[in-house]
Amino acid sequence: MYLYLVKRVLALVPVLLGLTTIVFFIMAMIPGDPATAILGSYATPENVEKLNRDLGLDRPLYEQYFIWLSNILQGDFGRSYSLNREVLDEVLERYLATLILAGTSLVICSLLGVLVGIWTAANQYGWSDKILTFVVLIGISIPSFWLGLLLIMGLAVTLKILPASGMYAIYGGGDLWDLLQHLAMPAFTLAIVATGVIARLTRSAMLEVLRQDYIRTARAKGVGENAIIYKHAFKVALVSVIPIIGIQAGFVLGGAVYVETVFQWPGVGRMLVNAISTRDILLVQGAVVVVAASYVLFNLLADVAQHLIDPRIKP
Amino acid sequence: MTIISNLIKGAVVASAICVSSAAFAQTPSDVLIVGQIAEPKSLDPGTVTAVNDFRILMNMYDGLVRYKNGSLEIEPSLATSWSINEDGTEYTFELRNDVKFHDGTDFDAADVKFNFDRMLDENHPYHNTGPFPLSFFFSAIETVEAVDADTVKFKLKNPYAPFLSNLAYPTGLIVSPEAVEKQGIEFGRNPVGTGAFKFAQWESNAKVVLVRNEHYWEGAPALEAVVFRPITDANTRVAEMLSGGLDIMVEVAPDSVAQFQGSGYNLLEQAGPHLWFLILNTKEGPFADKRVRQAVNYAIDKKTLVEQVLQGTAQVASGPTPPAFSWAYNESLQPYPYDPAKAKQLLKEAGQENATLTFYVTEGGSGMLDPISMGTAIQADLAKVGLKVKIETYEWNTFLGKVNPGLEGKADMAEMAWMTNDPDTLPFLALRTEAWPDKGGFNSGYYSNLEVDKLLDAARKSTDQAERAKLYKEMQVIVQDDAPWAFIANWKQNAATTDSVKGFNLQPSFLMLFKDVSKQ
Repeated sequence: MYLYLVKRVLALVPVLLGLTTIVFFIMAMIPGDPATAILGSYATPENVEKLNRDLGLDRPLYEQYFIWLSNILQGDFGRSYSLNREVLDEVLERYLATLILAGTSLVICSLLGVLVGIWTAANQYGWSDKILTFVVLIGISIPSFWLGLLLIMGLAVTLKILPASGMYAIYGGGDLWDLLQHLAMPAFTLAIVATGVIARLTRSAMLEVLRQDYIRTARAKGVGENAIIYKHAFKVALVSVIPIIGIQAGFVLGGAVYVETVFQWPGVGRMLVNAISTRDILLVQGAVVVVAASYVLFNLLADVAQHLIDPRIKP
Repeated sequence: MTIISNLIKGAVVASAICVSSAAFAQTPSDVLIVGQIAEPKSLDPGTVTAVNDFRILMNMYDGLVRYKNGSLEIEPSLATSWSINEDGTEYTFELRNDVKFHDGTDFDAADVKFNFDRMLDENHPYHNTGPFPLSFFFSAIETVEAVDADTVKFKLKNPYAPFLSNLAYPTGLIVSPEAVEKQGIEFGRNPVGTGAFKFAQWESNAKVVLVRNEHYWEGAPALEAVVFRPITDANTRVAEMLSGGLDIMVEVAPDSVAQFQGSGYNLLEQAGPHLWFLILNTKEGPFADKRVRQAVNYAIDKKTLVEQVLQGTAQVASGPTPPAFSWAYNESLQPYPYDPAKAKQLLKEAGQENATLTFYVTEGGSGMLDPISMGTAIQADLAKVGLKVKIETYEWNTFLGKVNPGLEGKADMAEMAWMTNDPDTLPFLALRTEAWPDKGGFNSGYYSNLEVDKLLDAARKSTDQAERAKLYKEMQVIVQDDAPWAFIANWKQNAATTDSVKGFNLQPSFLMLFKDVSKQ
């Protein structure tokens, strides 16, 4: 097990190396450059050349890449030129905000999704199943940025019961209650699609298990329905539900970009989009390293969890 | 029906209760919360280029001179007076001697020298606190000399009339040398100036807080603090304003203007030194013929563009100089009228009745308003007079990378917008023969008229404003007739405030000053 963990973590190195190399050269290939982005309409060839020299971007591309690589191996992610700040400080701060948002919605969507999945499976073809399945379908189909705007209009603008955007109150605040108030709408918005997916897949996983012979045997023995569902069936279904949640963790992280924009959540997704449009290559690279590493680690966690629940599954 | 109407009534009552108990959305009475469009890049005035950042800086720093309230004319600020020598190459400023930086150090002539040397001299020990992308605003400076503590003298390489208005531009704001020496590259996050407000806190992606400078040389401002919030999404900015999270928001999108015209809010508008135009490729293709260029100016229904597409957030432009430069603007100039018949006739005369045109459109960018809708509306107008327009759309940076090196061999026309601080800037950088892209300018359509070149050179050298005005007015008549561009719109900057905000007005410079603002 430990050897396996070490191996998996080590496998991160080539993944990150390959990814950052690809991202670096794609960023270099897309038209436009940081100097043009900074200068805007003042970007004369002369001004661009001077600024590129000041930024150290006049060197050959491979040289820039190796400078970046050797710096990063010493823990120096460089300085963002669009934010005039250390890349690592910015990325970690923003990543923490994304983790809070994505983590909360992952908890919401896992709990809700699994509960709805179990309920609908246990009441297959009943009224509640039909209604919930329909609601789940809507949940999967709603574009999250649109839902986000509707929530803001309803809860912040009209009812004024939740703040419209941001992570903490601008004046005062800063405590957990303040954070929760700001977190409610974006976390729910982000969770809604993943809840639908998890609910649907939990339902089919449960239905599969409920058709097994041993369930019929349990029923024949007179085991209560609740015990059958939660003790006998769900434990087995969980093995196929866990990897789904693992995959959804990735989707939630990815979907955070839209939600972060709508709710002005200071997360890493929104930062990455800005960094790309200002051609801030160091910031893009820094974010890619952190996000990719965590994506791989989440998958690893899901694999380990699966193994712990069902030791027959070798990680 | 009754159930539904009861539900609605219930919802209304519920929301009324919630409105009255919405304590968290209230901002303190002497703190002003401003909704900005983006996170600032830095608070070091030499290193930034965006109006968004300038709006913060103007409240923290002073320059030697500044724009008069409500105009683009120059008045004293840190300098009390100045004199210019005969040939316009020496500017001598007398400085205030009662000014202190926020860090407690005294302001004097040596500080002014430090500021400009830092920006311009690559060997200056603090030049590495840059880069300084707009330092070319001051590239005419040869030396800066601190004559005595209260006198500073600038020697210019050649006469350069926009010098004073460039000093009033945010790039010319004066920073504390001691703070730069102490903070180095981190100065942009720990800024120190002499302005009405001093820097208190910058929480990334959440807020920049400035607090009252009790010792401001012009008297302490009324507000305790000003908080700038970056809210990049236009819809969210509106929602935040409506829910009470902001006192002022800038750049209300055309679609949202109506929301703030009712009670509870004030919508302010101010035409600025902005021009939205189409660069026409005068070097090759149909636009090499002046008649085709004029035809395009006649064929575009600018009034409808401004009223429908931009929903009144701009006004029709008549020529290359925006009316906001009131002293240099030629009042007698009338916009090209919308006249498709005349356009058709001109196209027929030029033998270009069914010409096909390639049109570069951008997805959005600084001052570009609503470029895609504008582009397609223009395409439709030109189709009405028989011109087939092929649109190519590019993301802003890519777009600039294509347009700035010149349109030759690529396109016939391209959208463009400029905001400037002096009537010299745009025509000098984008209409002279010497400003063709291969010579480092922005004349991407290769317009060339020796008379215009001569007028612009003369206007740049003269230090007599009346003389300059005459030259610019003459230039506008020629350029309008030559039609190297299709002149479309001058943007009206807007901002919405809540009713409680008093004493706020917009500036033609597109900057915002909060020194005299209060909340009631």
